[in-house]
Amino acid sequence: MGLFTELKDSISRVTERLFSEQEPKRIGIYGPPNAGKTTLANRIARDWTGDAVGAESHVPHETRRARRKENVEIERDGKTVTIDIVDTPGVTTKVDYEEFTDEMSKDDAIRRSREATEGVAEAMHWLREDVDGVIYVLDSAEDPITQVNTMLIGIIESRDLPVLIFANKIDLEESSVKRIEDAFPQHETIPLSAKEGDNMDEVYDSIAEYFG
Amino acid sequence: MPEARGKDDADGVQIDLISGQRMDEMATMEKIRMILDGVHDGKIVILEEGLTPDEESRLIEVTMTEISPDEFNGIEIETYPKSSANNSSLLGRLMGNSESNAKLTVIGPADQIETLHKDETLISALVSRN
Ligand SMILES: Nc1nc2c(ncn2[C@@H]2O[C@H](COP(=O)(O)OP(=O)(O)OP(=O)(O)O)[C@@H](O)[C@H]2O)c(=O)[nH]1
Ligand SMILES: [Mg+2]
Repeated sequence: MGLFTELKDSISRVTERLFSEQEPKRIGIYGPPNAGKTTLANRIARDWTGDAVGAESHVPHETRRARRKENVEIERDGKTVTIDIVDTPGVTTKVDYEEFTDEMSKDDAIRRSREATEGVAEAMHWLREDVDGVIYVLDSAEDPITQVNTMLIGIIESRDLPVLIFANKIDLEESSVKRIEDAFPQHETIPLSAKEGDNMDEVYDSIAEYFG
Repeated sequence: MPEARGKDDADGVQIDLISGQRMDEMATMEKIRMILDGVHDGKIVILEEGLTPDEESRLIEVTMTEISPDEFNGIEIETYPKSSANNSSLLGRLMGNSESNAKLTVIGPADQIETLHKDETLISALVSRN
């Protein structure tokens, strides 16, 4: 073997080693404000790593910074799937601080809305650059056909990212999973309650299958 | 010329109709600038050909950076598939010359657009003044 071939061989062995230890896929948890993204991220993180990701709240825009939980190892059928989960701020096209003034002082409401707008911009940026797959979380008690949902799903599709739709809050009486399935028939919809922990087995099966 | 009036004057909204041809000549950021400049002026911007998903994503991002308490709350954006718009709705008839089945997109200031989809006859009245 000539020197050149040998060199090529050893280079390819090195690159093989470098890339065989595949980086964990980064899965972005997206959806409108208040859908239960952080509640889900916390449940996944608690189930597999023991600690939480961030604060949950009934006031929209609780999450105002994308937060990553690295190396979440999910075990399914004896196999381990490692992912990074990114909890993102709920996406919207408008933020009015006056919607929070019932819950807090005007100054705090203004600060919350400022941070929320930065967070949404950041979430959009992550979606264009930094995620390998998306879990799209919807509150199944709400009408899924909104401009933001349609736009976001379109953006995700245009980037060819694998996406699972999570119909959250099935514990609520007004919940309708079918309404979500009908709205986005091109994607798989998984029903769950992130808060109560309902149907988490199917949730983890589908995560392992889609993003493993 | 339609007159642009203050926000609280419900029947003085100005509408900008942007043809697909004009959009084709613009770069992404030019389109976004044009849309947001219009919206900042209290106008409703109607795009004959809509935006690509990537442009929509950037529009959301730039909109967020421009939101400012008591001044600008962001945008409302509505998209109508051309095919269905062509048959029935007023917007379809407005843009009726186009053969393409691209979507029609309406963008306006968040605090004003409610009026828009609640009352289509309003647009008709406004546009006929154009
Ligand atoms: N009933 C019910 N409530 C839920 C469920 N999941 C989340 N919630 C509640 O919904 C509210 C919003 O939850 P979050 O997890 O903070 O929602 P989010 O999508 O992260 O919201 P933002 O960060 O503001 O975008 C909280 O009051 C949660 O307790 C669920 O499965 N069932
Ligand atoms: Mg959150």
